[in-house]
Amino acid sequence: MKFGVVVFPGSNCDDDMIHVIGTVMGQDVKKLWHKDTEALNGFGKGDCVVLPGGFSYGDYLRSGAIASHSPIMTSVIEFANNGGYVWGICNGFQVLCESGLLPGALLNNNHHKFVCKNIYLRTETDQTPITSQLKEKQIIKVPIAHADGRYYADDETLKKLNENGQVLFRYCSEGGDTSETYNPNGSLENIAGICNEGRNVFGMMPHPERCAEPTLGNEDGRILFESILALQKEMA
Amino acid sequence: MKFKADINIMPLKELLDPQGKTVGKNMGNIGITGIENVRIGKHIELLIEANDEAAAKEKLETACKKLLCNVVMESYSYTLSPA
Amino acid sequence: MAQIIDAKVAANLGLNAEEFEKIKEILGRTPNFTELSIFSVMWSEHCSYKNSITWLKTLPRDGERLLVGAGEENAGLVDIGGGLGCAFKIESHNHPSAIEPFQGAATGVGGIHRDIFTMGARPIAALNSLRFGNINSEKTKHLVKGVVNGISHYGNCFGVPTVGGEVFFDDCYNQNILVNAMSVGIVKAGETVSACADGPGNPVLIVGSATGKDGIHGATFASADLTEDSADDLPAVQVGDPFQEKLLLEASLEAIKTGAIVGMQDMGAAGITCSTSEMSAKSGTGMIIDLDKVPTRQEGMLPFEILLSESQERMLIVAKKGEEHKLFEIFDKWDLECEHIGEVTDTGRLQFYQGGEVIADVPAEPLVLGGGAPVYQREYSEPKYFAEIAKFNIDQITEPTDYVATAQKLFSAPNLVSKRWVYEQYDSMVRTNTMTTNKASDAAIVRVKGTEKALAVTTDCNSSYVYADAYQGGMIAVAEAARNIVCSGGEPVAITNCLNFGNPYDPEVYWQFVHTIKGMGDACRKFNTPVTGGNVSFYNHSVIGDQNIPVFPTPTIGMLGILDDANKVMTLDFKNETDLIYLVGESVNDIGSTEYLRVVHDVKYSPVPQFDLDTEHTLQQTVAGLIKNGHIESAHDVADGGLFTNLMESSIVNGLGFEISTQDGIRKDAFLFGESQSRVIITVSRAKAEAFEAYMADQGTPFSKLGMVSGENAIIDGEDFGKVADWKDIHDNTLHQHLEN
Repeated sequence: MKFGVVVFPGSNCDDDMIHVIGTVMGQDVKKLWHKDTEALNGFGKGDCVVLPGGFSYGDYLRSGAIASHSPIMTSVIEFANNGGYVWGICNGFQVLCESGLLPGALLNNNHHKFVCKNIYLRTETDQTPITSQLKEKQIIKVPIAHADGRYYADDETLKKLNENGQVLFRYCSEGGDTSETYNPNGSLENIAGICNEGRNVFGMMPHPERCAEPTLGNEDGRILFESILALQKEMA
Repeated sequence: MKFKADINIMPLKELLDPQGKTVGKNMGNIGITGIENVRIGKHIELLIEANDEAAAKEKLETACKKLLCNVVMESYSYTLSPA
Repeated sequence: MAQIIDAKVAANLGLNAEEFEKIKEILGRTPNFTELSIFSVMWSEHCSYKNSITWLKTLPRDGERLLVGAGEENAGLVDIGGGLGCAFKIESHNHPSAIEPFQGAATGVGGIHRDIFTMGARPIAALNSLRFGNINSEKTKHLVKGVVNGISHYGNCFGVPTVGGEVFFDDCYNQNILVNAMSVGIVKAGETVSACADGPGNPVLIVGSATGKDGIHGATFASADLTEDSADDLPAVQVGDPFQEKLLLEASLEAIKTGAIVGMQDMGAAGITCSTSEMSAKSGTGMIIDLDKVPTRQEGMLPFEILLSESQERMLIVAKKGEEHKLFEIFDKWDLECEHIGEVTDTGRLQFYQGGEVIADVPAEPLVLGGGAPVYQREYSEPKYFAEIAKFNIDQITEPTDYVATAQKLFSAPNLVSKRWVYEQYDSMVRTNTMTTNKASDAAIVRVKGTEKALAVTTDCNSSYVYADAYQGGMIAVAEAARNIVCSGGEPVAITNCLNFGNPYDPEVYWQFVHTIKGMGDACRKFNTPVTGGNVSFYNHSVIGDQNIPVFPTPTIGMLGILDDANKVMTLDFKNETDLIYLVGESVNDIGSTEYLRVVHDVKYSPVPQFDLDTEHTLQQTVAGLIKNGHIESAHDVADGGLFTNLMESSIVNGLGFEISTQDGIRKDAFLFGESQSRVIITVSRAKAEAFEAYMADQGTPFSKLGMVSGENAIIDGEDFGKVADWKDIHDNTLHQHLEN
């Protein structure tokens, strides 16, 4: 399984992703420059493209809006439509929503401030490649760091997401309570991450790459990487 | 009586507008050329209750100067009409 | 028609008669307006340090770990071993932040990061030190929100974690807030870049944002050439573009790897003037610059406007002749504008052209600090308010009758509560090196990827101590920074400083300045932490009536420490029930300059807390040994708020209570709330208690058992102070209540 991490101008979690996938998990990973329309040559269905966190194009206009039209996105969309895995984290999630690969939008936090802190996530499905090693309702502690993380979708979309089991995670308390008190940004139904209907495109606001090593005092995010790698073993 | 105000808040022309500059530079990505001098501001709509247009204007000026617009960095203009 | 240049025009540009004469002597003629503007900015306080350099030079500036001397480059550079260097610096952006808090603070962050990456280092951590007026005033709330939002906006987008800092409120900062920002970067030995202009014939490039009429007010209002239209479009503030700076960072670091860069300097104060003159003076060369080639944001800019502009996110680069195409390719890849604007010459002169004509021709060396820039000795005299301090008598302060209520009042003070409302707006984790996110220590700990090492970094200054006694307060600022590094398991190695003072022409202010430096210098020598650089910010005062009331003298210390083994970090939280709590160091009957006196007794004048440099040094050696030998479970220094506050800070992390006894012979308020220095709270597991006490017996540092970690409540002398969870609630939420309501 090959990994590629897209570097948009203003991406700033690209190195962190490369570090976790390459150094911590020991996988084959490379940077994909946003102007390189041939960067995905050699990437096949079982491979994974990561859209990392950061402030692509300074978050100007709307977070993710300008990046969703950058040259590499044509091939990322094609790759996703052919069944390749695409995983957007934070700004990457915003880019995926702007590009139409995922439904809904990420609006300014309801308190109108950037927020960076540990939060708890309740796993809503183990039926996706990035959550397969988690158990349903399992709670993990993962940091968030964003100003535009309030997930929004119209009623019909929301209904479909719930019916199809496309919600990956909801914000919750340490004990799993998903009431509004534990919603850090005003997301609809505490939604922290979703996947597409085909279950090969994933978007989430929290940063699993920031909690995947013992040195940092929290390894809860590592299981997401282990999940997608377990898939590779299955395929082998 | 009620008046409707349409207010435009723009970054001062002498200041750098990083957002406008970045948006302008990347129009090429969606295949459009020949766009320049992009500047991005805010549009605000509101209703004012006042005895006459002069009173409405006074309220609006105060609102713009004190809150809606940061006069250190932004300029404002508006149109005022009976609602 | 050309303006007649005389002493009056010079005075309008901030140059005195003597300085104007000196300029005429240097040039052998009367300068034109552009040339005079160049001198005025280069000889300004900001660039020349003319009123401070004499005293700054008395600070220790050498050490075996220093890779460049203080003031030689844009920031200090320290050898951290393993073929790596650490570049770090702190700088003020006080006055711009007072005018427009959001952009002022944002561009302050941008400026300090540029100082670091212009040397070839990648910034890996940011810190700050913020001081505001009374938190209950609407103006302060507006400023706090703006500044925090500005730092958050710029730092988060730029992608460098804000890992530490301090926030302090006092009425003395009501009109003049302090915003000090620090950046810490890592560079491989051999990949550093100097701010030099070697090699006549080498091309000079300008990279990044276009040049606008930013930050040129002083000169503008002195210029007779300005039409009204021109003055009309003068920006009062500068707008930062963190996205542009992120591109500039990545492109610069990539460009350095080509080997095609001879020298590089960022443009901050005095823009093109400062970078061209400092780079040339450093190399003993000169430059020819064609101002027509400088990309401008506004049309029809006058030469002095281009030369003095402080527009953000720009770099000046001297490239190797014939290899500049490599640089153009990289800057193009990153969508950055890069223009070839001139050449290095061997004339030692800066020659600026516009429309094919020389419009300014000045020698580089006389412009710069250490060259021909003026140096002044200022008079100083002991401040009169010292008489008030001398009157303080502890016996006139009534001891509290209700200690629980007193402790609550103190613990709720804005200066002591958690700054969570502030730091949660900063991305503190990007780059995945921050080790203190999940484990709290006295200093911020940042691992260095690819090595076993970590850096311990902190910013510290208790300015009320410096106000009470500049010499002792200056020492304490350094000592406390070092103590924080030591308590987190690090070895202090060097400091950067940001000296925020009032008007240097006020002898009482200058007295504070001189004695602060003496104190800092003595402490830095003792801890072997040389000063690698920093900046001086004068004229920080409030205007009340016709009086200038200076801010508390505030020498912010940014200290760098090293942990050779990142696994040896010491944390501050209580770990296990029944662990024993000790105080290393000695409690004394002292409540001088405490938050307790200010908050509970409303006392403004009192002496500096007790401090002795040798005692402090021994204490730090002892604590370092305790950590190294694995004797202790936690360490937290006794600082602002005193023992009670600091015990509670260790307690609330894991919700573990404590039971302690106070000491006979010392006032209970002094024991619980006193801020006498050189004390550290540590915990020891029962199994290791004997070994700990045996170790301590040989250390020459007094210590005493306070009690033990126990239950969920705080119990002092048998009195129940209530649940730790309730104290945590006060700690976590008080600032939010002040600022959001």
